[in-house]
Amino acid sequence: MLKSKTFLKKTRAGGVMKIVREHYLRDDIGCGASGCAVCDGAHEGPVLELQPLDRASSLCPQPHYLLPDTNVLLHQVHFNVWRPGTWASVASCLRPSGSLETYVEQLQGENSNDRNDRAIRVAAKWYNEHLKNMSAENRLQVIFITNDRKNKEKAIEEGIPAFTCEEYIKSLTANPELIDRLACLSEEGNEIESGKTIFSEHLPLSKLQQGIKSGTYLQGTFRASRENYLEATVWVHSDDEDNKEILLQGLKNLNRAIHEDIVAVELLPKHQWVAPSSVVLQDEGQNEDDIEKEEERECILKTAVNEKMLKPTGRVVGIIKRNWRPYCGMLSKSDIKESRRHLFTPADKRIPRIRIETRQASTLEGRRIIVAVDGWPRNSRYPNGHFVKNLGEVGDKETETEVLLLEHDVPHQAFSQAVLSFLPKMPWSITEKDMKNREDLRHLCVCSVDPPGCTDIDDALHCRELENGNLEVGVHIADVSHFIRPGNALDQESARRGTTVYLCEKRIDMVPELLSSNLCSLRSNVDRLAFSCIWEMTHNAEILKTRFTKSVINSKASLTYAEAQMRIDSAAMNDNITTSLRGLNKLAKILKKGRIEKGALTLSSPEVRFHMDSETHDPIDLQTKELRETNSMVEEFMLLANISVAKKIHEEFSEHALLRKHPAPPPSNYEILVKAAKSKNLEIKTDTAKALADSLDQADSPIFPYLNTLLRILATRCMMQAVYFCSGMDNDFHHYGLASPIYTHFTSPIRRYADIIVHRLLAVAIGADCTYPELTDKHKLADLCKNLNFRHKMAQYAQRASVAFHTQLFFKSKGIVSEEAYILFVRKNAIVVLIPKYGLEGTVFFEEKDKPNPRLIYDDEIPSLKIEDTVFHVFDKVKVKIMLDSSNLQHQKIRMSLVEPQIPGISVSADTSNMDINEPERKKKKLQK
Amino acid sequence: MAGLELLSDQGYRVDGRRAGELRKIQARMGVFAQADGSAYIEQGNTKALAVVYGPHEIRGSRARALPDRALVNCQYSSATFSTGERKRRPHGDRKSCEMGLQLRQTFEAAILTQLHPRSQIDIYVQVLQADGGTYAACVNAATLAVLDAGIPMRDFVCACSAGFVDGTALADLSHVEEAAGGPQLALALLPASGQIALLEMDARLHEDHLEQVLEAAARASRDVHTVLDRVVRQHVQEASVLLGD
Repeated sequence: MLKSKTFLKKTRAGGVMKIVREHYLRDDIGCGASGCAVCDGAHEGPVLELQPLDRASSLCPQPHYLLPDTNVLLHQVHFNVWRPGTWASVASCLRPSGSLETYVEQLQGENSNDRNDRAIRVAAKWYNEHLKNMSAENRLQVIFITNDRKNKEKAIEEGIPAFTCEEYIKSLTANPELIDRLACLSEEGNEIESGKTIFSEHLPLSKLQQGIKSGTYLQGTFRASRENYLEATVWVHSDDEDNKEILLQGLKNLNRAIHEDIVAVELLPKHQWVAPSSVVLQDEGQNEDDIEKEEERECILKTAVNEKMLKPTGRVVGIIKRNWRPYCGMLSKSDIKESRRHLFTPADKRIPRIRIETRQASTLEGRRIIVAVDGWPRNSRYPNGHFVKNLGEVGDKETETEVLLLEHDVPHQAFSQAVLSFLPKMPWSITEKDMKNREDLRHLCVCSVDPPGCTDIDDALHCRELENGNLEVGVHIADVSHFIRPGNALDQESARRGTTVYLCEKRIDMVPELLSSNLCSLRSNVDRLAFSCIWEMTHNAEILKTRFTKSVINSKASLTYAEAQMRIDSAAMNDNITTSLRGLNKLAKILKKGRIEKGALTLSSPEVRFHMDSETHDPIDLQTKELRETNSMVEEFMLLANISVAKKIHEEFSEHALLRKHPAPPPSNYEILVKAAKSKNLEIKTDTAKALADSLDQADSPIFPYLNTLLRILATRCMMQAVYFCSGMDNDFHHYGLASPIYTHFTSPIRRYADIIVHRLLAVAIGADCTYPELTDKHKLADLCKNLNFRHKMAQYAQRASVAFHTQLFFKSKGIVSEEAYILFVRKNAIVVLIPKYGLEGTVFFEEKDKPNPRLIYDDEIPSLKIEDTVFHVFDKVKVKIMLDSSNLQHQKIRMSLVEPQIPGISVSADTSNMDINEPERKKKKLQK
Repeated sequence: MAGLELLSDQGYRVDGRRAGELRKIQARMGVFAQADGSAYIEQGNTKALAVVYGPHEIRGSRARALPDRALVNCQYSSATFSTGERKRRPHGDRKSCEMGLQLRQTFEAAILTQLHPRSQIDIYVQVLQADGGTYAACVNAATLAVLDAGIPMRDFVCACSAGFVDGTALADLSHVEEAAGGPQLALALLPASGQIALLEMDARLHEDHLEQVLEAAARASRDVHTVLDRVVRQHVQEASVLLGD
């Protein structure tokens, strides 16, 4: 029993409590260097490399380990300035606390920071002594890196080689560009003298907390405005349900808060309240001295004041938590030549511009870069940051994909070694142990039906006639939870990712490829583990029995939707698979009918598919997705499986089942749909889902066949988001769109984490697997749901952004085209149109800068917009011209303008010959043909 | 369980121990001359004193006497100064009664009560300082006291607590670890035979993990036995030196 004799008493004065604790100092902690013979094997976990990957440093030519102090570590670690080889592993920093030799007691009058500094110095010294024991050729030195001047002096006094971060990085002769990536912390010191302070000081946290408790300050999330850089709102979440919004206006009141920060605000007296301005303002100044100009601008905001419009206004007094992340964007090069300071414009307009220092401005110009914020001193107009990474050229596909993933917070790095270590070893085969609690269903004629090119097949089906004349239908889902065990790194990483993200030309996997495309993919003619849901049904699709089991299956065929359809349709084929498919198809039709009778909605959203060039991966053509009977066949059984599983897990775990609900939208959401239909003399009933479904079915116009689809698209826009939730935390389970009282996700565990949890719950419910504490903790489950919902939303946005980018690429190559479009919405100064051919939606603006505004009359009752003499209604057919607007390099977009009906001064010519794509502002007036 | 990391990534606990390691145990036997047997034990910062009287005639109502074995009477109390905040009532509350009952069950299983019919054995335990694992400390102290009194026992009774954090079983929980709210299991073991004298747990723990926690507690109890055995041998040696053998 290794135990030290020394122990000490720590006292902590918290009120009048006296706490006595003992602490065992150990003498068995290894140094972690792999070549060390003294503490051989005493160290667990990652080891230091014997031969650290050396970057030639002019300061210390011999091989060495680095021991950064805590502050250096905190500020610099996320920029790969350091290579893992040169780390004197993080464990060594923890070493002082536990080890007998390096334990440091807090001295009288020494504060804890000083103690920690001293502890690190002691550790560095110990390391240097310790490593002397190593054989001569492997002799290594530990170099202490600190930015604290006193700390460095003391270290040198004690005989430890110490440098500041900057000194060390500068000495790295091989990589001169690293210096740019250094967080500029030292600057704050030498800048105080220069310039006056612009901002008032942030209050310390203790004062803020006091203020929040007493009600003088309010805590909330800072949300910058997209349109106006001088304006922001703070969402105050209070307990008593009245979340309110506080308006902040003016640079000084914003007081250096950045979007998403948690801030404390103070309400201004009522006479200083202002109304949100409708002005669009972009920060364009290059020079930071023009504070006076800023004030002028702020005045512009305050002009039009209407008593009613006034909103609670406040100012930021302190920051409770910074939520900075590295931002994507572009460099706006300084006008002054040779200047090393430049401003950086983030892609997200809510983030202020950031001042960075770099020597490679000319190489970074026109490229997408990542910048991290280091701080925002009181005397600086812009926050200080430093360059982190060069993503690539603007408009480049790879770069833009990277940017959209980063901006939507989609975790897309390669899986770490720790995560990969939990993968099964290849070659993998099913063992005796795997067969425990598992049914052998390899004899069944199972097949999978998926879109072409699908490699992550997570579902397969079978159908056969039983001896008693009934049908047995099975849905077999990849048993991902067999491979991803709760709590390990692989599980945590998948939970963090939450979902697989499908971009136009790329897939960001939730689980490593070995699982997603191989071991969990239910490919044909290989044995795969599955979780099966098996029903006994009559020929009328009435369910007689439902059972769930873990199983082994061997899929006989993996088909595409088209192939499956062909088999069902061709009379010549009569093999097992085909009869099975026909049985499924027949049942699916009955199930679908039943579902629709219950009031399930068939909604429509224009989905497009790009035809990619196989070499360049550029989009060649766009096409709306085609739906076949087999699509709906697979969908029907997936729905059935999901519903059956939802019932089962809710029955078993009423408090902590993970379910999915789709709340009914409030009636006001439907207004736009009802009004739009009315303008076409159709009535849409929205009292219940059933009424809506029926009236949508009846809404048909013989002269206008596309109307029904348009109505369905509009109806989709009225819906709420479906969300995951924990059954113990909510009491409304209804899934509105599917008209099911209960629903969950079970059928795609390869690409959704929610399904993995559902698999685990179901496995516990049928006794096939064991439970673990987190699974039955409804608060943890609720947190998980929150993350999953967020990831799903972000994945959706990223997908849309990816489609939008590819549409841009497509139109870039295509030039300017004119297409037929339908009006979806009418706005005060614009119409939103949908182009069915491309499934593309866009806005046609009628007001433009530098042009006289046309006469616009907007009618809210019958949504219509009268421009000069032409009236636009919802669903009107128009013709628009589509082109790419690249006037703003960072935010390229598709611009649409009206071609037909012709309005003098508004619409443009359909003839495209003279137009320059890069100068869409210059428009020709429509000439009478 | 906010904030506090009970088991670091390197596998160390809050006080620097590894998962299966005990706190430092120091014990003395025969601390009081008046009593038939007495012992004092320190397990880390948990300190307990046990005193044994008997076997003697039944005190109080004769009706309580058992015809075939001795009556084991246990009383537990904890000193008002034993915890960080001073307590109002030193004994007689529900927790003390329950603890007394548990000790009684433990020692009825260990003491060869059938050798002393119609008599009574009193065990008084007082916790002087509580820092987690009070039941275990009481049992260990009482074992030494019973041995000191020379009352025949089947075996030592060695007790230890165990908890479960992040899939790892922790032996001999300290107060900080107990307060974190995880499951805690108390085990009293007869180490030679491996029989369990008492097993107590009142938190939720999945049955799949029970074996692991139980194993950790049993191993820790055996470690306790090694220490107690050494204490007894040393005490006997000292006593015999005094006797002049």
